Amino acid sequence: MTSTDQTDIDLRSLLNDVLGLGPARAAALTAESGLFGALPELDSMAVAGLLTEIEDRFDIVLEDDDIDGEMLATYGDLLTFIRAKRGEA
Amino acid sequence: MPAIWPCPGPTGMVEEHAVVFDRARTFRLLIVSPLFEEMNRTRRMLVETQRQLDVLGVDSMLPDLPGCNESLQAFSAQSLGSWRDAMAAAARHFAATHVLAVRGGALVFPTSLPGWVLEPQKGGAILRQLLRARVLSAKEAGREENSADLLEHGRNHGLELAGYQLSAALVAGLDAAVPQDEGQVVLRQAALGGSALWLRSEPGEDSAQSANLARIIALDEGG
Repeated sequence: MTSTDQTDIDLRSLLNDVLGLGPARAAALTAESGLFGALPELDSMAVAGLLTEIEDRFDIVLEDDDIDGEMLATYGDLLTFIRAKRGEA
Repeated sequence: MPAIWPCPGPTGMVEEHAVVFDRARTFRLLIVSPLFEEMNRTRRMLVETQRQLDVLGVDSMLPDLPGCNESLQAFSAQSLGSWRDAMAAAARHFAATHVLAVRGGALVFPTSLPGWVLEPQKGGAILRQLLRARVLSAKEAGREENSADLLEHGRNHGLELAGYQLSAALVAGLDAAVPQDEGQVVLRQAALGGSALWLRSEPGEDSAQSANLARIIALDEGG
């Protein structure tokens, strides 16, 4: 298993924990699945919590400038962003 | 179940509320809840843990932090120091023998009691998340704010974050605070099973997690 696959698995698990999606919905996320703006659970407080968990679990640091609607628009966007931050892209 | 306890306030003693299961047993657990939004998210879980502890023969008390829940004190007058004083007063009033501090509660619990800290959180991490929520909602509203400037302002003048009016003392205190545990047992989420309820905006409850937490405490008695 490559570390990139592991990033995908870890991100699904994290979204399941933060959003309470349940394993089935978390596994069904595709690159096009909408996140910010598409999921009512994701208000600014929830996004802030999500980003803090991402920092903890992926051992990366997010700056204010990193954070915008685009990185969170879809599951694929968020996964791409984390991979880039971890130097996997 | 609901109880009143005397709490030091800025101008003398005031009454605060607590949820208690008290049958005058020898094992008496003070529960110090998480801070801010996580306090609300974990409330059902912690009260359910109290019910399970009651069945297992353990008395427990979950006091309000001044300025939170039923408290009539102003949130904007609070600091980590005022919350530490309050929790120490609650421990004395209820004659607590043990303590469970959850998440940010680990910053303000009475450290002289034996017990447990569940997934303790640094103050800086709590503050960063609150600042980030504010920067994000400003961005949605078309305004530019940044965490560093907000933090600098907050440390000197106080700051409104996620609907809470934080005093300058609370901002500065959180920025520097680390969990205070001294020999208490550190518990991790994995010991409770499932995923952490405080992460979720709509946590609901998970009685299996509460039962696991109660069992760990009742069986271990804090060493």
